[in-house]
Amino acid sequence: MSQVAEETESEAAAEAVVKKFMFVSRKAPYGTIYALEGLEVVLISAAFNQDVSLAFLDDGVYALLKGQQTKALEVKNFSPTYRALEGYDIEKLYVERESLAARGIREDQLIVPVQVVDAKEMAALMEQQDVIIGF
Amino acid sequence: MLHIVNKSPYEKSSLTSCLAHASKGSALLLIEDAVYAATKGNSAEADIRRATQELTVYALGPDLEARGVRASIVDGVKVVDYGGFVDLVAEHRTNQSWL
Amino acid sequence: MKIGVLVNEGPYNHQAADTAYQFARAALAKGHQVQRVFFYNDGVNNASKLTEPPQDDRQIVNRWSKLAEEHGIDLVVCVAAGLRRGLVKDNLAPGFRISGLGQLVEAGIESDRLVAFGD
Repeated sequence: MSQVAEETESEAAAEAVVKKFMFVSRKAPYGTIYALEGLEVVLISAAFNQDVSLAFLDDGVYALLKGQQTKALEVKNFSPTYRALEGYDIEKLYVERESLAARGIREDQLIVPVQVVDAKEMAALMEQQDVIIGF
Repeated sequence: MLHIVNKSPYEKSSLTSCLAHASKGSALLLIEDAVYAATKGNSAEADIRRATQELTVYALGPDLEARGVRASIVDGVKVVDYGGFVDLVAEHRTNQSWL
Repeated sequence: MKIGVLVNEGPYNHQAADTAYQFARAALAKGHQVQRVFFYNDGVNNASKLTEPPQDDRQIVNRWSKLAEEHGIDLVVCVAAGLRRGLVKDNLAPGFRISGLGQLVEAGIESDRLVAFGD
């Protein structure tokens, strides 16, 4: 069997198992690539029919700010991609209240509807997960 | 859960963030530059001591030794080697690296 | 236990590649199976066959190749992250293969534990 065929078969088998995946985003956009490449993992995960949540804390909340204008940086503004997540059935987006407050950000300044939770609730959500990938 | 932190508290806020989210009964493993947080006399010592009340705190021995701080490890922090690291990962259903 | 490893940083610049390697070795010594080592972000640079570190320093790339050979471990370089950083089939060290990000998600599903090493 070709490698691609083997992988496809293996990945299809993997889909039979449903795990709770949480992707934890804690870094700001543009200063480093982690927010962008992290989002790429989230998008790929949609193909595997897993129970996916996306958590934003610390500087990760900055990636969701409206009004990003990246023309002068000559880099792609990837914030609209967060709006596309819903179309991929990734609807559990959690944003930490304390992280927003520390940064003076209001919920209405975010580019996508989210569920705002406090640190204690975030910790409880994390405890429920099977796999946590942070970037 | 096993929480893994790898940066010095003076470089990143990952240790602080981790401690704000580690539930009682969890484990915290300090590796790489994070082992400095578990040394006597450093300003993160109080946080680490407080953490040992609610969590089990570990530090990676090879990282302590490389940095010359093995002898100044805070009481209550358990030192493990890479084998112990593996055991911690196996023991806890989930782990989270605070990068 | 089946353990998956994620490496997000390149060799030498960060300790991540070293810690991941020592962890993988210890896991094997304890009788666990390392299901996959997935290289993402700058971690793809762990697969470059062009590295020539000083003779008296650890040979990070070769070490991975050797580990893969001795234990049959699947070393996967993310195709997109690799393309961004110039890691392609032509300059891949032995034992590594290039594949999609889906292999990371699959590792999370297939393994009992997934551990990430990064900055």
